[in-house]
Amino acid sequence: MPAVSETRETVEKLANSGYEWGFETDVEMDIAPKGLNEDIVRLISARKEEPEWMLQWRLKAFRSWEKMEEPRWSKVNYPDIDYQDAHYFAQPKKKPGPKSLDEVDPELLRTYEKLGIPLHEQELLAGVEGADEARAPVAVDAVFDSVSVATTFRKKLAEAGVIFCPISEAIREHPELVQRYLGTVVPQNDNFFTALNSAVFTDGSFVYVPKGVRCPMELSTYFRINARNTGQFERTLIIAEDRATVSYLEGCTAPQRDENQLHAAVVELVAMEDASIKYSTVQNWYPGDDEGKGGIYNFVTKRGICKGDRARISWTQVETGSAITWKYPSCILAGKGSVGEFYSVAVTNRHQQADTGTKMIHLAPDTRSTIVAKTISAGQSDSTYRGLVRMQPKARNGRNFTQCDSLLIGDQCGAHTVPYIESRNMTARVEHEATTSKISEDQLFYCRSRGFSEEEAVGLIVNGFCREVLKELPMEFAVEAQKLLQISLEGSVG
Amino acid sequence: MSETTQQAWTAFTERAGTRAALLGTQELPTRRVEAWHYTSLQPLNGVAWRTPERLSSARLTALLKPLALPEADGCVVFGNGYEDTDYTKLPASIMREKLDDQASFEDEALKDRFSAQLNGALRQDGLHLRVPAGVDGGLVVLASVCDGQDVSVHLHHSIVLEEGASLTLLDVQGGEGRYLANPLFDVHCAKGAHFRHVKRQTESKEAFHLGIVSAHSEEHGNYNSFTLNQGGALARHEVVSTLQGPHANSTVNAVQLVGGARLNDLTSLIHHAAPDCTSRQTVRSVLSDAAQGVFQGKILVDQIAQKTDGYQMNQALLLSEKAQINSKPELEIYADDVKCSHGATVGALDEEQLFYLRSRGIPEEKARTLLINAFLREAVEMLDDEGLQAYLLRSFPGHE
Repeated sequence: MPAVSETRETVEKLANSGYEWGFETDVEMDIAPKGLNEDIVRLISARKEEPEWMLQWRLKAFRSWEKMEEPRWSKVNYPDIDYQDAHYFAQPKKKPGPKSLDEVDPELLRTYEKLGIPLHEQELLAGVEGADEARAPVAVDAVFDSVSVATTFRKKLAEAGVIFCPISEAIREHPELVQRYLGTVVPQNDNFFTALNSAVFTDGSFVYVPKGVRCPMELSTYFRINARNTGQFERTLIIAEDRATVSYLEGCTAPQRDENQLHAAVVELVAMEDASIKYSTVQNWYPGDDEGKGGIYNFVTKRGICKGDRARISWTQVETGSAITWKYPSCILAGKGSVGEFYSVAVTNRHQQADTGTKMIHLAPDTRSTIVAKTISAGQSDSTYRGLVRMQPKARNGRNFTQCDSLLIGDQCGAHTVPYIESRNMTARVEHEATTSKISEDQLFYCRSRGFSEEEAVGLIVNGFCREVLKELPMEFAVEAQKLLQISLEGSVG
Repeated sequence: MSETTQQAWTAFTERAGTRAALLGTQELPTRRVEAWHYTSLQPLNGVAWRTPERLSSARLTALLKPLALPEADGCVVFGNGYEDTDYTKLPASIMREKLDDQASFEDEALKDRFSAQLNGALRQDGLHLRVPAGVDGGLVVLASVCDGQDVSVHLHHSIVLEEGASLTLLDVQGGEGRYLANPLFDVHCAKGAHFRHVKRQTESKEAFHLGIVSAHSEEHGNYNSFTLNQGGALARHEVVSTLQGPHANSTVNAVQLVGGARLNDLTSLIHHAAPDCTSRQTVRSVLSDAAQGVFQGKILVDQIAQKTDGYQMNQALLLSEKAQINSKPELEIYADDVKCSHGATVGALDEEQLFYLRSRGIPEEKARTLLINAFLREAVEMLDDEGLQAYLLRSFPGHE
């Protein structure tokens, strides 16, 4: 989420609040009855005016979901989820698909304004003209309760041949592309949550960058859960053809509520020969209150495949929100000389739990991967890095470097590192290093003696600790992320 | 599980009668059990395991010969799980105790660990030593050899070091045939006691080895172990080292030298349960042919264990196209004022180093052996006893 309009005052305002994005928007909603069965899946498909093949695809997913068990191997604890006690379809009433922003419910627009998400192209352009010339505009797809409400800059992108639209629209308008790639990286029955998502997803973003095209601007999706008792199930599919380049940003927030809400998204990336996809996330779902009540359960499957030679996929994530995070953005390196990267900062405070990491599956020769994971735990939270590096027999000269650092703030929290290293090729090299420590008294003293308050000092040190990851983020995101780190750790010292 | 293998496994567990049922060892863990994800116990299935017979004195002598046991202050020898008292020699300062067969053995640290459950179900006698306060027990050699087809041996040893006592135990395992050796060590180091446990696992190429150690160290106590894993078709050495008094420290080092289609596994948990403790671990594996190496090392730091200093290093050399390593170094930390780190590397012999040696006229084969030995030696040299270092180095490739 670009912080274009952010000023010092808003930063200060943010810093003084707990969770600033906890408001609820009063929009007229179209909601399906509670529960999940084949009829609900059919209803979702019908409401989205989907072709028959898509309905069958969903039903297949639903049938395998019914037979699957919820995974419980991660280091997170939560009460059993009653999957029948939620609405699987909720969308703002004014439908289908607003033709222009004038048709969007003004209440909704105000929501995004509050979040600092520019949906008016002119406004954004005006802001750019006056400011930094180098700052490129950002195309935004705003998803509200899993339904895309607005996508900006579509015309400009279309000129370059880039398709950027809600996935529900892509299913109707570009069925050949969707059918060819959907579920190829993350199969419907990959795990419990992907099967659930495949059956009931309502929207998400679709990006297609044709051969040789460098996407002219950053693409961004902004997710917002609003309705009560709903889950959010969005699905993102990004395809970069030969020599194409795209950078995609994802941001998310939700209202403050006592009950837990489920978010089970699936993201699939396909990078062909010499293509490059950069996927950045700043995850700031509502983390629950000081007692650990409420908050989002974030069970997400993200995976990319480097299909062509020398393809590159880079995941960058800053995870500060959610009551529970269960997320392992992964890379399958199937093309010769392809590259996978994972840069992560995960911050947990209060009663948050995070179990996150990555998988780098090296299938082809000369593939390279880099993992840099920074974990910060405070309060009574628990944070785990869990990752897999696998060198398959054909991964000749494969290379991996992994670095996991954990920082503990307070003696009531936990930080864990669980790396799996599997090598089946003698010429492959894998290196892993991990450290766990606390903020040293020396560093704190140094900052304090120069007039920083203890909280500022901690903020400064944490930002330094995360620098390697934050520098991978697009600039607007980096500013946002630094601010979020500060807020997330509020009240954790002293 | 097929019907016949199920029957075989049931027969195996039934040997222990009702105690097996009580301990819940009726079922063999599958790869879905996290602790056995990389080491499949399925080869144990489908074997009709039985209790072995006592070995003849001549046979025992023949089996001990290749172990080339060094001179020591004390010596105890077990053949197929039976002690041969002709060999028994212990310094007068060390007390030998008798294990009460009926007394139940319970150790929270070994809960849910299959090797310990199996030993508990089929427990046999073993070596039970007590070193009195302030006594240095010197070096004691414990040799356990097995011989036979489809026999299983489950020795239970206990070593108690009273305040300020010290002891070095050279624990050597070997044999011939397809057998299962399942020894358990129960170690207690009281305040300021030092126990050095040097193990050489050199079981026959068809054998199974599931060894497990639970060591408890009190204030300033020290459990220092080195394990050379080089035998067995499937062999796991498992260590649970609990640091339960302040300033206790533990070293759990190992070298795994595996060839053929064999699998060697080192699994350890170093549990910091008290403040100001230190732990060190270096594990090196050399894997040739179609061998598999497994390393699962965890450092667990309780909330009370402030000022913990933990370090773990795990390195593997893959020498052939078919060799593989699975490594899982793990940190689980609940205290904030700690310094814990781990590192892991996997790769082949360094081409540059090889080139350097070759360019100085050293033949390729010789150069390789030199480099492999250098890699292993570094780990062995962490053992602060030259005699034992020399003993272990004798079993390395290219040793003359």
